[in-house]
Amino acid sequence: MKKKSGLVVLPVFLWLSLFLVVPMLIVVGISFLRRDELGNLIYQFNWEAYATFFDKLYLGIYWDTIVLSVLTTLICLLLSYPLAYYIARSGPRMQTWGLALVTIPFWINFLIRTYAWVLLLRTQGIVNNLLLDLGWITEPMQMLYTKGAVLMGMVYTFIPFMVLPIYVAIEQMDKRLLEAASDLGASPSRAFWHITLPQTKSGITTGAILVYVSTTGMFVVTDILGGAKSSMISNIIQTQFLGARNWPFGAALSVIFVITSLVLIFLFNRAMTTRVDRVKEGRI
Amino acid sequence: MRTKRSPWLGIHALVMLIFIYVPIAMIILFSFNESRLSAEWSGFTLDWYTSLFQNEHVMDALKNTLIVAITSTVAATILGTLAAIGVRRVARKLKLATNALLYLPIVIPDIIMGISLLVLFNLMEIDLSRWTIIIAHITFSISYVYVVVTSRLSTMGKQLEEAAEDLGASPWQTFRFVTLPQILPGVVSGAIIAFTMSLDDFMVSFFVAGPSSTTLPIYIYGQVKRGISPEINALCTLLILVSVALIFLAQYMLGRGKGQKKQRMLPF
Repeated sequence: MKKKSGLVVLPVFLWLSLFLVVPMLIVVGISFLRRDELGNLIYQFNWEAYATFFDKLYLGIYWDTIVLSVLTTLICLLLSYPLAYYIARSGPRMQTWGLALVTIPFWINFLIRTYAWVLLLRTQGIVNNLLLDLGWITEPMQMLYTKGAVLMGMVYTFIPFMVLPIYVAIEQMDKRLLEAASDLGASPSRAFWHITLPQTKSGITTGAILVYVSTTGMFVVTDILGGAKSSMISNIIQTQFLGARNWPFGAALSVIFVITSLVLIFLFNRAMTTRVDRVKEGRI
Repeated sequence: MRTKRSPWLGIHALVMLIFIYVPIAMIILFSFNESRLSAEWSGFTLDWYTSLFQNEHVMDALKNTLIVAITSTVAATILGTLAAIGVRRVARKLKLATNALLYLPIVIPDIIMGISLLVLFNLMEIDLSRWTIIIAHITFSISYVYVVVTSRLSTMGKQLEEAAEDLGASPWQTFRFVTLPQILPGVVSGAIIAFTMSLDDFMVSFFVAGPSSTTLPIYIYGQVKRGISPEINALCTLLILVSVALIFLAQYMLGRGKGQKKQRMLPF
């Protein structure tokens, strides 16, 4: 009987295999195909799509994408850690409220949150108007459709992804360690660098991975705040499938995107552990 | 333990909250602004909301969005709940595989999910329509239901179910009279999250929506690319309110139940 009731897992297994695993495998398969002039697939194994990627143009775009994603992750981390720390160290009431306030934007459509920045940043927008009224500038500044706008839009969109896991890590950490440190005469800052920070690296890792991968895959922010000039790997993937109809190339880019993300995640994970181990061996 | 905190931390937290909320507040504020183009306040009006409800495209998109959200929520809730219940009773290896499979949709970038479903539908010669969006939404929603129901199940233990079985209840009776009543708040809250996810989804829908199956987020995207408009502010305001209300409802449901450890609702 026990075995039988386990059968109810089956529908989900079938569903996710058919609509998630199989389609992804097909995409991997397509990345090794070619297309004819009309965009139809030619079923013949070759590396053409991958070879196209090693064109200077696309390598450059991918490099820019990685730089933007890393920058976004770093800024999110620097802004989120103190905030998560503040919330986690508040009284229970403040904690509930702080957490709710940080979580709410997560549930508001990112499209809407990105659009808000168009309202603020455009030439006749709220910020320019305010600055003109204050007399701080004499001519409206070009803020929308710049790299800075894209970076800020990304940070704004993904900040909750960073705050939440770090908050959980700080909240769950063993506070007796801090008491012990303080009893043994460690200054608060020393305790922070040698106990709190290493103890919460799991939160940092989760947050960083979420922010990095999401930024790389996000074509909407670039599209809306960066204008036509800036494009990222995800914008190109999108065009290959919806506009240019070069599926093999789009598929190859997707495969490259997922693999580089996995490699970076792996490297980052390793870097985080060795650093912590070093701290553990040396000081604690 | 409350540790001493530098006042800078508090100031930083305040600045961050302002950074997070000012843009959202601006959309809401300017949805009531009289002037169509100006970024300055020129008077209060509800015109943009009335014109929204007279806009055929918006109403059409709303209809699509609701049909997709309701259908995919029902399907995902049933599938996700079954998986959460079943997974406790399968062999360890199968359990790990199921868990991995169910975390995939949360981890995989939306764009990858979108293009692979587009490719699948194309190769199977299925025309893009409301149904393809529904299939896509079920696929990512199952995981959220699964995560919430699993965490609810983990707080309840198996004793009651085992007692019911020992006393001769059939699997169906055990489920209907013992398991379900206990996990119901989790199921409802999982369903609300799935509904919100579906309502808000743009990235996946964008790839699998047909020309006549525009949803609200896809409509908003099209409008935003053309520039700003007060109707879009009004539409966004309504969506913000609905999402926030739904999430509070989900949170409330999850917190219900006597003696249960209060659960935090995090997306991971």
